[in-house]
Amino acid sequence: MNELIFFFNNVVVAGVVLGSIYAVGAIGVTLIFGILRFAHFAHGDMMTMGAFIAFLLAMAATALGITTPVVPTGFLVLPLAMILAAIIALGLDKGFYAPLRKRGARPVTMLIASIGVTLIIQGMIRLFFGSGTYSFFETEQKQLVRIPVPLEGVTRTINFTQPQLLMVLCTAVAVLALHFFLTRSRLGKAMRAMADNADLAQVSGINTKLVVRVTWIIAGSLAAMAGTMLALDVNLKPDLAFNIVLPIFAAAIVGGLGQSYGAIAGGFLIGFAETLAIFNWSVLLRPVAGSLPFELPATLAIVPTEYKLTVAFVILVVVLLWRPTGIFKGAST
Amino acid sequence: MIARRSLVMFAGLFVLFTVIGWFLGAANISLLLVQSFAYALIALGLNIQWGYGGLFNFGIMGMLMLGGAAVTFISYPVNAQFWGSEGPLMLGKALLAFLAGFLLVWGARHADRIGIKGRWKSVVTVLAWIVAYTVYRSQIDPAAAYIETSGGGWVGGLGLHPVLGWLFGGVLAAGVAYVVGKICLGLRTDYLAIATIGISEIIRALLKNMDWLTRGTLTVSPIPWPTPIPQDLQAQGVSISESFIYARLGFLGLVIIVLAVAFFLVQRAYGGPWGRMMRAIRDNHIAAASMGKNVTRRQLEIFVLGSVLMGIGGAMLVSFQQIYDPGAYQPINHTFLIWVMVIVGGAGNNWGAVFGALLIYITWMISDPVSQWLFNNISNWSTDMGWGAIPEIQSRASQMRVFVLGVVITIALRYAPRGLIPEVVRREA
Repeated sequence: MNELIFFFNNVVVAGVVLGSIYAVGAIGVTLIFGILRFAHFAHGDMMTMGAFIAFLLAMAATALGITTPVVPTGFLVLPLAMILAAIIALGLDKGFYAPLRKRGARPVTMLIASIGVTLIIQGMIRLFFGSGTYSFFETEQKQLVRIPVPLEGVTRTINFTQPQLLMVLCTAVAVLALHFFLTRSRLGKAMRAMADNADLAQVSGINTKLVVRVTWIIAGSLAAMAGTMLALDVNLKPDLAFNIVLPIFAAAIVGGLGQSYGAIAGGFLIGFAETLAIFNWSVLLRPVAGSLPFELPATLAIVPTEYKLTVAFVILVVVLLWRPTGIFKGAST
Repeated sequence: MIARRSLVMFAGLFVLFTVIGWFLGAANISLLLVQSFAYALIALGLNIQWGYGGLFNFGIMGMLMLGGAAVTFISYPVNAQFWGSEGPLMLGKALLAFLAGFLLVWGARHADRIGIKGRWKSVVTVLAWIVAYTVYRSQIDPAAAYIETSGGGWVGGLGLHPVLGWLFGGVLAAGVAYVVGKICLGLRTDYLAIATIGISEIIRALLKNMDWLTRGTLTVSPIPWPTPIPQDLQAQGVSISESFIYARLGFLGLVIIVLAVAFFLVQRAYGGPWGRMMRAIRDNHIAAASMGKNVTRRQLEIFVLGSVLMGIGGAMLVSFQQIYDPGAYQPINHTFLIWVMVIVGGAGNNWGAVFGALLIYITWMISDPVSQWLFNNISNWSTDMGWGAIPEIQSRASQMRVFVLGVVITIALRYAPRGLIPEVVRREA
């Protein structure tokens, strides 16, 4: 049983947390692709930027004494950071993408423009924050939650940190809110209509400009949320999300670009695949080591830990070959 | 019109290089020249893929790394300790295991010949992959552990001439590009971009962590030069400051010869029927396919050709810097930089690609000292005003490059979307 709890702590908890981060990031990528039809590479840096906004707000809140003993300050300021990030996302669209869109630029040009935006945001972040590492938990502690399992002979406890629990809750709230927005509200329905067929949506009287703005607001705020969650789980670095943007794209593509629910499923799939691939399986097999036909090595992982991110790319390439439009049929232009 | 414009552009570039050279000194500008001409070769490779063929390759970094690994392997002195140990035998076994696994997977993919079809074939293929991976890992893991601990640390080189290493860099990049192209080229543009980024990250992870092959983060140096190094010239009595200039000029000569040969061939190919066919495929692959052109095959061809130039360029950069550090490769410096070069220069025009490479590389390199100078002045001014100095100017200034690169590409896309020296579209009257 102890081994199973070890498995739970190392795979299920880590997978759910990583999956939530990927899912929240991938929703933004997939929405932008669905509405604007281009792969938005700057999403990873929008995440980093959102995390830094939240970090600055958290520092300001701590300095002003606005803290609670229950919730980490990072979560307290998250709504405000999301609003600011949404405003910046609107500004980025107005400054960089809207002029190209007006000219009728191809999706390829938009993609290259988004790389320009990536470089600009990353340059700005590095200019102001250098290349050091920051942490949300310099003044307060990360609370560890230990749940004992009421079974005989079990010594291990189920462990996770309080931020991890809050992250999963936040993700659930965000996903539910998005679901109700897309299915119940007029604007959400307009968004889905535009993702299906932009021209038809326009002739049937949908305000496409408004839809584009709403898309950027949702994508920007979710990017800030994903970035802050990632920074709360690990550390805050200027190149925090640069490595994450590819797994997020992998998640969005696996789920089918343009499909919000697919992106969530893809995010959790990639998150679990990564944690499962680096899990040391010999821990689980140790109790039955005597009855195995071969000698049990000390580490028996599917891939060594340093190849963790590679798992996402391998899944991506396999999915692209096997079903290029994703496991839920995605938009294909 | 465009010919005159490009002449003016190149003249301006020459003046720019001269002025910067005057500021930085002959030794520094010769260093920048060698590197920028090597980047010009790489940009030429991307120009074939993107400008001629319309292929969205974002995996340039992987090709550069392969070229670097190739030249390290060919030209670094022989590691006698490795060849005297059991390492080669164990690696041979691992290679056999790899080949066996390859055959197994290949066999499974052709299982329909012996009557295994549909769902069963998928099951057999997946099983074959699992078995092949397990067999390969069971051989390579002990071999790697043995070489890294008691087998000489890593495999070392072959001690051959660096130019052979450059060639091998091209060949290796071609081989990998063939496999990658076979896998990915069916995808449409933005999927292709993401897939190639993913593959280049896989290549980076492999080369960075296969310590037995590349020494990984421990880095390999010094890698020999094909031309006399400064120390050789100093031994012949040349003064230290001049020896660096002459040695770098010698290397520069070799790089320019390679670039000129590649440029000539690529330019001829552009004008010929082959280039015309490529442009037809780029502009409308459906129409080209309906005219009987084998689109996938041609795209594979051009993907491999472009990658060869990237591999050679990557190898030249590594032998010039004399150090192979897989940890130093970053998508910004080795993929996006080259894209900016080609977009700013003019996709589809080889002169444009070379011009863009030289211009962007020099901009990239001097934005660090220029912003440092700028920050120092602002800092002095703000100190005078009583607002205090800017902290950590040096590290901040070096980050300005990324920002400048982003601004350059944004401006180029907005005001010169076809590049500074755009492709000439000839139309019959």
